[in-house]
Amino acid sequence: MTAAPTTADAAPDANVYRCVGSITISRAASTQREIDAAPDPLVLDLSGVEKMDTVGAWVIYRAVRDRGAKIVGAKGDVAALIERAPEFDHPAQVRPEERPGHLRVMEEIGGWVVEAGQTLVGLVSFLGAVLIGFYDVIRHPRRIRWTAVISRFDLVGVRALGIIGLMSFLIGIVVGQQGAVQLEQFGAEIYTINLIGRITVRELGTLMTAIMVAGRSGSAFAAQLGTMKITEEIDAMRTIGVSPIEALVLPRMAAAVIMMPLLAFYAMLMSLLGGGIYVWADLGIPPLTFIQRLQEVTPLRDLWVGLIKAPVFGFIIALTGCFQGMQVEGNSEEVGTRTTNAVVQAIFLVIVIDAVFAVFFSQIGWI
Amino acid sequence: MSSETIITIRGLKNSFGDQIIHDDLDLDVRRGEILGVVGGSGTGKSVLMRSIIGLQIPDAGDVQVLNENMIGREEDEAKNIRRRWGVLFQNGALFSTLTVAENVEVPIREYFPFIKPPLLDEIASYKIAMSGLPANAGPKFPSELSGGMRKRAGLARALALDPELLFLDEPTAGLDPIGAAAFDDLIMALQKRLELTVFLITHDLDTLWAICDRVAVLADKKVVAVGTIEELLALDHPWIQEYFNGPRGRAAAAGLKGH
Repeated sequence: MTAAPTTADAAPDANVYRCVGSITISRAASTQREIDAAPDPLVLDLSGVEKMDTVGAWVIYRAVRDRGAKIVGAKGDVAALIERAPEFDHPAQVRPEERPGHLRVMEEIGGWVVEAGQTLVGLVSFLGAVLIGFYDVIRHPRRIRWTAVISRFDLVGVRALGIIGLMSFLIGIVVGQQGAVQLEQFGAEIYTINLIGRITVRELGTLMTAIMVAGRSGSAFAAQLGTMKITEEIDAMRTIGVSPIEALVLPRMAAAVIMMPLLAFYAMLMSLLGGGIYVWADLGIPPLTFIQRLQEVTPLRDLWVGLIKAPVFGFIIALTGCFQGMQVEGNSEEVGTRTTNAVVQAIFLVIVIDAVFAVFFSQIGWI
Repeated sequence: MSSETIITIRGLKNSFGDQIIHDDLDLDVRRGEILGVVGGSGTGKSVLMRSIIGLQIPDAGDVQVLNENMIGREEDEAKNIRRRWGVLFQNGALFSTLTVAENVEVPIREYFPFIKPPLLDEIASYKIAMSGLPANAGPKFPSELSGGMRKRAGLARALALDPELLFLDEPTAGLDPIGAAAFDDLIMALQKRLELTVFLITHDLDTLWAICDRVAVLADKKVVAVGTIEELLALDHPWIQEYFNGPRGRAAAAGLKGH
């Protein structure tokens, strides 16, 4: 293709751009560039065009529309394609309009505040609905769905044993190792046992279990209920007269509340096991001494502190998971965002409440 | 109409586990025709389309599209074929994080990265207008569109590269009768204008009568018959008779003759 400034019969003094071969999408960019480079007034000679597609026609039409170029030598199909181009000339926006920066920041902040408020109100009203459902079920115990509850016990509790056990075992080792390194500097390695015993039983056992359950089960609750919302299963349930709270939410709440203390206790044991093996291997403290010393330095109260928190954490995890799942509307993408929200909110709330518990227990003298 | 074949399928076999979907299936699609593919639920209409476009690897058989063998080829070679066809999936399959116009730009950007944004945006607008969407649909996200608009947006994306061959999977399913008729008209107009070959899976008898040049019937794991509806009516295959001569089939035929 050449852009030779020759004189055509049609328009003297005009620049003739000769298009040859195929003017299709694969040559759209180069053709456009060459047409842009040719100076006005422009004549497009299409007599040499063998093949043209809609994009090629558009490139030619553009030159006519924007620069008043003249077309010569267009035949048959080529002429027809170009003639039809203006029919579809309805410029459409490609991206939604963007507001100026400062307005956008304000809009975003406002959006967050409104959303946070709505989530809080929604969570409280969902809590109310759950409590009413719970009250109804307590009054009519025959309505408890035992099969659903038992299968949730299995999914939330039994199947989490492997991963929570491994995680806790490793945490015990890490606490022991880090404690030993620091305390060795003061010749106080023996206090590593105090550290392992108190921190895992009082704090880490329950907290890490809660985080794992939030990631494993809280997310599953949100995703399951969210998918059921999209496939209209929950609507179908309602029309049949089954309460989704009773059939879906309560078994999950029960499973989380009952399984959390059991899992937390198991996690504490596994952490102590990990810590015990570490001090045996590294500091040469035999298991029997470790257990004896553990009994001396870890008050039973620490166990209660750890175990009292567990069902509360379980309740929060199940509540946010089910709440977010029930909020899903529209498309499958929302299942993903809601599941993320469920996990983030559950872990956040668990840590906030853990802090509240920490202050509470030290105030009542359980130090 | 030339009788050059654009898709040739020979001895196609597909199965999922023990369940055999296609067994020794043959089909030819001629250049420039609108071929309707019909069959009961579960006869593997979508699987057939997926085998042709390379999303499903058949157990056995040959598939040739545009004179190129589709089975067992490298992904790089297949790219040259992929830009010569467009596919409209059942629910549009639009990318949900992109606007409608950006969706249309995706194939163009992929194959022709040298096309500059102003021209690219104009091409996208052009295709959007061509598929019958209003200009204000351009900056919308797929979740903001109705089912019919989503299909038109999917069609605009399928047409982005000026394909020779268009695959449509139940384009009128889920549309109201007015929308479905408008979509039929659109496909027919585009097919004439762009000289497309259309492979159309449908359940819609009105669509079959209105726009299909030939109809292929899938039954008993094979294509049992291909031809115009009149030709098919002359056969005494029980499923075909029931399909076209059932109450709905007769109503669709009457509707067309009433026009």
